[in-house]
Amino acid sequence: MAQNYYQKEIETMSAEEMRKLQSEKLVKQVKHVYENVEYYRNLMDEKGVKPEDIRGIEDLHKLPFISKADLRDAYPYGLLAKPLEDCVRIQSTSGTTGRRVVAFYTQNDIDLWEDCCARAIVAAGGSNKDVCQVAYGYGLFTGGPGLNGGSHKVGCLTLPMSSGNTERQIQFMTDLSATILCCTPSYAAYIGETLKEQGYKPEDIPLKAGIFGAEPWTEEMRRGIENTLGIKAYDIYGLTETTGPGVAFECSEQTGMHINEDHFYAEIIDPDTGEVLPEGSKGELVFTSLDKEAFPLLRYRTRDICVLSRKKCSCGRTLVKMAKPMGRTDDMLIIRGVNVFPSQIETVLLNEGYEPNYQIIVDRVNNNDTFEVNVEMTAEKFTDKLSDIIAMEKSLANAMKTMLGINPSVHLVAPKSIARSEGKAVRVIDKRKLI
Amino acid sequence: MAIKQLTVYVQNKKGAMASLTDVLAKNDVNIRALSIAETEDFGLLRIIVDNETAATKILEENSYLIKAIDVVGVKIGDKPGALTGALDVLDKAGIDVEYLYAFMARTEKHAYVVLRVEDNGAAEAALEGAGYHLITNADICKL
Repeated sequence: MAQNYYQKEIETMSAEEMRKLQSEKLVKQVKHVYENVEYYRNLMDEKGVKPEDIRGIEDLHKLPFISKADLRDAYPYGLLAKPLEDCVRIQSTSGTTGRRVVAFYTQNDIDLWEDCCARAIVAAGGSNKDVCQVAYGYGLFTGGPGLNGGSHKVGCLTLPMSSGNTERQIQFMTDLSATILCCTPSYAAYIGETLKEQGYKPEDIPLKAGIFGAEPWTEEMRRGIENTLGIKAYDIYGLTETTGPGVAFECSEQTGMHINEDHFYAEIIDPDTGEVLPEGSKGELVFTSLDKEAFPLLRYRTRDICVLSRKKCSCGRTLVKMAKPMGRTDDMLIIRGVNVFPSQIETVLLNEGYEPNYQIIVDRVNNNDTFEVNVEMTAEKFTDKLSDIIAMEKSLANAMKTMLGINPSVHLVAPKSIARSEGKAVRVIDKRKLI
Repeated sequence: MAIKQLTVYVQNKKGAMASLTDVLAKNDVNIRALSIAETEDFGLLRIIVDNETAATKILEENSYLIKAIDVVGVKIGDKPGALTGALDVLDKAGIDVEYLYAFMARTEKHAYVVLRVEDNGAAEAALEGAGYHLITNADICKL
């Protein structure tokens, strides 16, 4: 498949050139931050690091980390690096885990962000011949504005639908022959189901590609969406703290997301020690904004756990790739010394034909961790033979052991006996913390 | 010829069985025979009722997980060795019994055995060939 790039020179730059570019930008950025952000200056002074100590990417590890807690402490203006007169926009997080994060943008910040989204759209096969339906929420949420801007830059005819009103989404999609859909994966699945109910077959749907992100989704979910809509579904990654969607995006290979590393330098660290880990290690993803003017975060701890890879990509892009985040440091459980993410359990359940409704119960008995997983029995799998049900539990436990490396005890429980998520589901009960 | 058996998933917790039988009772369903297989976490309640259509409807409405299957019912004598005799017949015919349960009639000198096997037809033929009387849901209701 012929590859198109939005900014070919950057997207296919050699590793050495990229590192040189990143180093130059970092030196400038550290100086900018140190001079203009008191909060950061104090952090650096505490650590005894001066801007002149940072001469390139190789010195990045000397800088202090910044975390979500710092963003809350500094709310709203504490991390602002430009006078408000130079800022043209704010975007904000949903604030589900506490105080909202408010991020500021200069016009240049917006331009670079939209470039990042444009790279994602082109990587998904988009061009000025496409009709791009943006069904992410518009407003404070970065999803809508980011992809909207990217779509304009690529020259797509942009349908600024925002999320919701599925009937209208479908009407515009079919009447105006939308070819690219941008929204959350769960909304894409919902639109797909609704189209199916209305009698649309994949070949009747004009879409060819979807750019989905802003929430965790599994490979199985991807295949489901691709089959229902008859499209190729591309993952996109981003966070308001660094800019919004477009920090990383997937290409035709669909084996991880290319990080726009000319703007966002990525590190993987050990979440416990803060030590930088070599390429290919699993750890916490940390981003440094190399170009952001108004809200430049240096070494921001995302709490997402993932792996970076510089393996050659068939799309020709040389930008480093990140695996889909495997979970969050705050979700991660350590059971018998092994890192376990609830998302891994979910993947096993979907693979084995169960509903992704489960509860993990961890306890400590005689200094040993116990690890139980309750899973709801389904009507299709239910049988009158006890031996078959016990065999199903064993087979699920084996599949989980293959995925996790440790053996859980699996219990098939009555349907609807695990509380449905109202807001956030209680997926994990860790009784060890109560002792 | 076979008998319809309902298997219901029952969570192993206090009152679960009572609330299930209560649902049946309130809807006038009479349990004629029952057996339970249980693990630490759950039980499988296998029942034969006088009105299996009504029971299925009620249980489904109350979100119970149920499975209806055909099982074999056979009449045997109410005396030592009677069950062995019937099982020998199946054994000789090469039929494995997954599980079984038995109950007695109130008036006759007979017992009844419910057998879960893979091939109902083969089991029925073997038992009938050996002179056993098979029973149906209707027979059970009359007992």
